[in-house]
Amino acid sequence: MTSSNATIPLETPEYAARLARRQVSRHGAIYALLDAVRDPELPELSIWDLGVLREVRDSERGLSVAITPTYSGCPALATIRENIATCLRGAGWQGFEIVEEVRPPWTTALMSRAACTQLRAGGIAPPVSGSVRCPACGSDETVLVSEFASTACKAHYRCRTCLEPFDHFKVLT
Amino acid sequence: MSLLAAVVGLGDDALVLGQRLSAWCGKSPWLEEDLAMANTALDFLGRARLLYGYAEQLGGCDEDAYAFQRDARAFTNLLIYELPCADFALACARQLLVDAFDVLHLEKLCDSADANLAGIAAKAHKEARYHRRRSAAWLVRLGDGTAESHCRMQKAMEDVWGYHAELFAPVEAEIGLVEKGVLPDRAALRPQWLAAVSATLDEATLELPSADWQVDGGRRGLHTEHLAPMLAEMQHLHRSHPGARW
Ligand SMILES: [Zn+2]
Repeated sequence: MTSSNATIPLETPEYAARLARRQVSRHGAIYALLDAVRDPELPELSIWDLGVLREVRDSERGLSVAITPTYSGCPALATIRENIATCLRGAGWQGFEIVEEVRPPWTTALMSRAACTQLRAGGIAPPVSGSVRCPACGSDETVLVSEFASTACKAHYRCRTCLEPFDHFKVLT
Repeated sequence: MSLLAAVVGLGDDALVLGQRLSAWCGKSPWLEEDLAMANTALDFLGRARLLYGYAEQLGGCDEDAYAFQRDARAFTNLLIYELPCADFALACARQLLVDAFDVLHLEKLCDSADANLAGIAAKAHKEARYHRRRSAAWLVRLGDGTAESHCRMQKAMEDVWGYHAELFAPVEAEIGLVEKGVLPDRAALRPQWLAAVSATLDEATLELPSADWQVDGGRRGLHTEHLAPMLAEMQHLHRSHPGARW
């Protein structure tokens, strides 16, 4: 475990741009509220850290929350919509809409650095460039078992050092 | 051809292939492959939904009506996507041909004069690159595998080969949209596609099929005998219980 944090990169320019938009937004409280909404398939991660929450904007109906799917067929998106709605209604918001946008497409560069740390803590190798390191022992002696794992966003690996199988959150550029 | 018809045609391609791929879940060579097939299927189903969603904005019907309330004659997918794959080798052969096409076609479609199509293409292109890597790896694994797997892979490639021509043959009505820069010129993609496929076949120790037959008709709603039974299964629940909700 000693060196496993060494490969976690600094924030990407893509994430920095998202963060900058959030910081100047007058909807800071809404963003903070939505930090409680997690990805149902990756409960370690908030939709903000995952990059699925794109932006909170003004709209004719009051508030517009823009989200984007990780992969085209991501079945979690419908649940995420519901969870956003529940979260906002719970805080007393009524006039809002949730819009799905695919352009520009989601990439792993939109994820926060915190997301990488949380994935690794959850036993999933984060999407960092270079060799895929075992989240259990930190070894980079790993081998691809299958290009897909339990969800479209992950691949299945095995560690040759500690023999543990694990998921790798794929790099999508 | 109207933009709407073109968008629905691309949606049908994705839906029909997604349905075919999802049938492998539970029947693949092993568990990991079940998951991989199902996840690849999801990418195509997701792409179909994006395209049908855009079709609805263009004045078409909703996604469920496109998927579940049309008969085979109204589907305009290309024939290669509807082929049943009782043999895993055939599934791998078809997938390589369409993934290699997808990567080239979607890359061009990213520059479409139509911003919505360009956006959907940009999303799908990222997935297509991954699909192609996977299908090329399977081709090499089976082609350059045992004598039996080599033989079956070669036969599967011969069996599917005649369906590839339709990928590169724009129907007459599509040409107007090509001229407007909305759709890529399919025919122009063929040399690059052939080079990519040949390289993978070579690596897989397989011969480029010499088949001189070819079929078409999908975009005009003229299908093989395989589409209607697939739709009957896919549409059964929706047609038996219209408007049912989970
Ligand atoms: Zn390990």
